[in-house]
Amino acid sequence: MSYFNIAIECASQDVLREIQSERLRDIVKRNYENVPLYRQKLDELGIKPEDIKTIDDIVKLPFTYKQDLRDTYPFGLMAVPREDLVRIHASSGTTGKQTVVAYTQNDIDVWSECAARSIVGAGGSKDDFVHVSYGYGLFTGGLGLHYGAECLGATAIPVSSGNTDRQIQIMQDYGSDILCCTPSYAMYIGETVREKGIDPTTLKVRAGIFGAEPWTQEMRREIEKSLAIKAYDIYGLSEIAGPGVASECEEQDGMHINEDYFYPEIIDPDTGERLPDGEFGELVFTCIGKEALPLIRYRTRDICSITHEKCKCGRTLARMSKTRGRTDDMLIIRGINVFPSQIESVLLELGMDPNYQIIVDRKNNLDTLEVQVEINEKIFSDTIRSLEEVEQKIAAALQSTLSIAARVRLLEPKSIERSMGKAKRVIDKRAQ
Amino acid sequence: MQLKQLSIFVENKAGRLAEITEALAKANVDIRAISVADTSDFGILRVIVDKPNEAVTALRENGFTVSLTDVIAVGIDDKPGAFAYAVRTLADNSIAIEYMYAFISRDKGKAYIIIRADDGEAAIKALESGGSAILNPQEIYDM
Repeated sequence: MSYFNIAIECASQDVLREIQSERLRDIVKRNYENVPLYRQKLDELGIKPEDIKTIDDIVKLPFTYKQDLRDTYPFGLMAVPREDLVRIHASSGTTGKQTVVAYTQNDIDVWSECAARSIVGAGGSKDDFVHVSYGYGLFTGGLGLHYGAECLGATAIPVSSGNTDRQIQIMQDYGSDILCCTPSYAMYIGETVREKGIDPTTLKVRAGIFGAEPWTQEMRREIEKSLAIKAYDIYGLSEIAGPGVASECEEQDGMHINEDYFYPEIIDPDTGERLPDGEFGELVFTCIGKEALPLIRYRTRDICSITHEKCKCGRTLARMSKTRGRTDDMLIIRGINVFPSQIESVLLELGMDPNYQIIVDRKNNLDTLEVQVEINEKIFSDTIRSLEEVEQKIAAALQSTLSIAARVRLLEPKSIERSMGKAKRVIDKRAQ
Repeated sequence: MQLKQLSIFVENKAGRLAEITEALAKANVDIRAISVADTSDFGILRVIVDKPNEAVTALRENGFTVSLTDVIAVGIDDKPGAFAYAVRTLADNSIAIEYMYAFISRDKGKAYIIIRADDGEAAIKALESGGSAILNPQEIYDM
């Protein structure tokens, strides 16, 4: 069993608490001094930075919501001057407005170390070729694992996503040892390997690090079989850092949270009260080790549970379960965040009525998105060609807003079931 | 003069055609000609009726998406070559047909074609100068 940073990963609770307390004091002070929104939030609660002495005082602090990032778009929550930033990432948000995050050099180093710990947790070492098939760009997936591999001293292969034949060719020719991508793409690569008649045991790849979307144990078994590898889950979100906030070790029994940098809490999403270990609730993170965006008690809206029991692997870092849905309506489709409200605003802009339904499914191991929308007389016309043009126009607008392809289907008026309460907009068949 | 055709959006699911025609029956609307264009998801039902405005009202009341479209009714002899002659006239005048359908008259020896052309007025002119008989809308409604 090996570790990237044994002093932290196997530290005693006392040592960890000491680090967490010191870092919490630091970020509360820096946020109070540099970020107007945090000064306002703390002042409203009558809390001064001096009131925060140990990590246990964290419960006195206010929550941060995704809306706070939107309200201060793009850089309003930064706790450092602009010239100290070395990197920007962003994730899609509702109504087309992105959530922008930024990093100092130290933040990149922290994140890279966390991703390096994840690769080692999955049995990787500096001798490995790390094949990164996450998308590179504003999305944190590609660059996150890429820098993690380099930080470890391994060899990053920045393939990015897409072109499955080339992915397999590179795996064969270069001898990729570890594959990193979304689990649905891993399934698809596995299937393509089989279709090509390639025996997966002839591929050198022995482990996969998969995340950015929820997946099940059944998918894990299928991926492990189709690629003859061990498949590890990794968790992250751009607001906190990116992939590597938490990840599985070889025990595959929960994801170790890098809690020296990202302090986790589980709360009741309705009351905000903290919940004990083992109970499911909303995951909340405080970025105690970050400079540019040291968010305090950020509500991830992901539902999971945490345990502090020592793992068989020797690590003492707390472990989170797989996420079990969300407290909001965000969908994760092919690793991309999609809000029904984004789809709604596209439809309204094109003169459609807000009577629509979103069908998410998984076909040939790839997530599919279908948007069904009721036709109205404003857009109805007499020829098939012009109706198909309407469908294509909506599909193109959705693609440009969501960055993923959607199939559009026109329905008759009143064919979508009307609800008395909250409309049932989303049918996610992946979960069934 | 062009006549009014009903165009109705129909989702491809069992029973829809029955519901549309039942709504027309209840409004005492008589169907003269009918045609369907379809894709895998939806279709457009095109109907010529005796009372187009009443039919539209009845269908809208029943929640259907319906519009009125101008089409041309051409009367031809029911014999080999008559149809070819009519569409050749349009082709020679560079008039495109968006869609068409045909039905045979109760009067022996006559057939009718319903044509939706990209330029309806030009199509009428071309057909008339080629010697085809353009029907007055009322003739079809009262048929």
